[in-house]
Amino acid sequence: MAERTIEVSVGRNPEMGVDGFPAASPMRPFDVPEPRLDTEEMLINIGPQHPATHGVLRLICELDGETVMSVTPDIGYLHSSFEKLGEYRTWNQIVPLTDRMDYLAPLIYNCAYVMAVEKLMGIEVTERCKVVRVICMELDRIFGHLLWLGTTAIDVGAFTPFLYAFQQRERIYTLHEALTGARITTSATRVGGMMADLPEGWVNELLDFLNTFPDTLHEIDSLLTRNQIHIGRTQGVGAIGAADAINYGLTGPNLRAAGVDYDVRKDRPYYDYETYDFDVPIGEHGDCYDRYLCRMEEMRQSVQILHQAIARLPGGPINVQDPNISLPSKTECMSDMESMIHHFKLITDGIPAPEGDCYMAIEGSKGELGMYVVAEEGSTKPVRWRIRPPSFVNLSTIAKLAEGHLVSDLIMINASLDIVLGEIDR
Amino acid sequence: MAGDQTVVWIAPEKSLEILTWLKDDPAQQYDMMSDVTGVDYGSGRPIEVVYQMFSTVHKRALRLRCRLPLEALEIDSVAGLWHSANWLEREVYDLFGVTFKGHPDLRRILMPFDYAEGHPLRKDFPLRGRFSRAEQTRRALAQDVERFYGSQELAHGGPPQQVPARTEPEAEG
Repeated sequence: MAERTIEVSVGRNPEMGVDGFPAASPMRPFDVPEPRLDTEEMLINIGPQHPATHGVLRLICELDGETVMSVTPDIGYLHSSFEKLGEYRTWNQIVPLTDRMDYLAPLIYNCAYVMAVEKLMGIEVTERCKVVRVICMELDRIFGHLLWLGTTAIDVGAFTPFLYAFQQRERIYTLHEALTGARITTSATRVGGMMADLPEGWVNELLDFLNTFPDTLHEIDSLLTRNQIHIGRTQGVGAIGAADAINYGLTGPNLRAAGVDYDVRKDRPYYDYETYDFDVPIGEHGDCYDRYLCRMEEMRQSVQILHQAIARLPGGPINVQDPNISLPSKTECMSDMESMIHHFKLITDGIPAPEGDCYMAIEGSKGELGMYVVAEEGSTKPVRWRIRPPSFVNLSTIAKLAEGHLVSDLIMINASLDIVLGEIDR
Repeated sequence: MAGDQTVVWIAPEKSLEILTWLKDDPAQQYDMMSDVTGVDYGSGRPIEVVYQMFSTVHKRALRLRCRLPLEALEIDSVAGLWHSANWLEREVYDLFGVTFKGHPDLRRILMPFDYAEGHPLRKDFPLRGRFSRAEQTRRALAQDVERFYGSQELAHGGPPQQVPARTEPEAEG
């Protein structure tokens, strides 16, 4: 296992700035003695239609002045019953449902779902397909983290990183579009392979992105990491200890920021992740600032993984060569009787699954993304399709994290958890 | 064992005992409850509750499955052991109707708190809901606006007060 390090280490003496000099304008609202005023407990409602909740989320806050006494999240506004819909669809028809859950990193969800189904059916995908899926997942990890970075920076008053981040996201949108034909609803995977192989020149476009993206990331880094206002708004806010973080089920960068060394890619490796050389950043304090640092470092590591994946991208077919799983090509289907029969059976019946259940966990951009599929003998539809939603479990900690903080910090804590409501409500 | 996944079937009446042991025993230490979910196979077969656990100490995963007969959909809550189980158990209660005994706050979570059509992920629940569109619209229109507020909000505000009737300002001249 590669050594895990975190590069950026910023001084935490509140009297001093990051360079050892006294801070010019530290944001320290807690040190000002509060004037004695009569206060009254107040119940206010943030959302469901509010930009700071990052989706259709409603937070019922009990306030004492500006201090949050308790938060009760109210979810379910986007509930679309994807899991129920999946029980009425064949294995491949479910793929379009998956990217509508986390529309901020859709390819990760496409891949996670088919990986679980392939594990259930015992299908071994081709080497090329494995590497292409690793490229898809790491690209969308950057994609998801960039949205988090831009919107979270806005929540603490920094507008420029938002524009920088979204400019880069736009380039990934273009890559999505070249790969799948869609910008958000990618639906790129199929059981046993991908919808299509990489288009010509796509890898060069990706390399072009990878060569210039770190510069922009560095610019954003220089705008935020040592920014006194950003540090004042994030350090010590929403902190959680390692043992609590595990008990509350936090996963992904949120857990690692609290100092717990758990990354599904390292600890339950899939798709040869153990052969890629990358570090997993581990935080120390578990606060919003460490979550920020972890995600910034993860993006850099994803760039490293992408470079390695492109270097080892093998040739050969992308889909498994089994006519009972992969669709034949259009030409074969129109000229060969047997291919046409296979095509007909696959489209009308679907792929029969063996009896059993299977849980497949992968490292999504938000945390441990699990897909649990249950099938009966020969069924072409799942008996049960369950998504282990990382954002759902991460959001359930907000009551603990926000207690005793100011309302403005509640907004920052909510943003730092990196939630996506499409996946929470499913 | 199924492939690389360890699956253990447990009896519902022993579940809390087994799960406590799995969390606390030094050789087990399953300190993370990744997922709690339900499975309904339909046609009167028992509903399953499935726990996905992970030990960050020993780096291994475990899946527990537990069959609950339809006439006794009850199991002990583990929300006291793992905080993450709190919302996950609420979701199973909401979508399958499994009661978790000892859960601190067993309310619906994804569906509206006054949802009257039952538990959507059960196999006997039709895909488009139990009520027709007309009935759903009629119920929505007949709803008391007060009921849009949660019980917690109403309790906080105290008993409802009479809103004074609005007096129109007298027209001048």
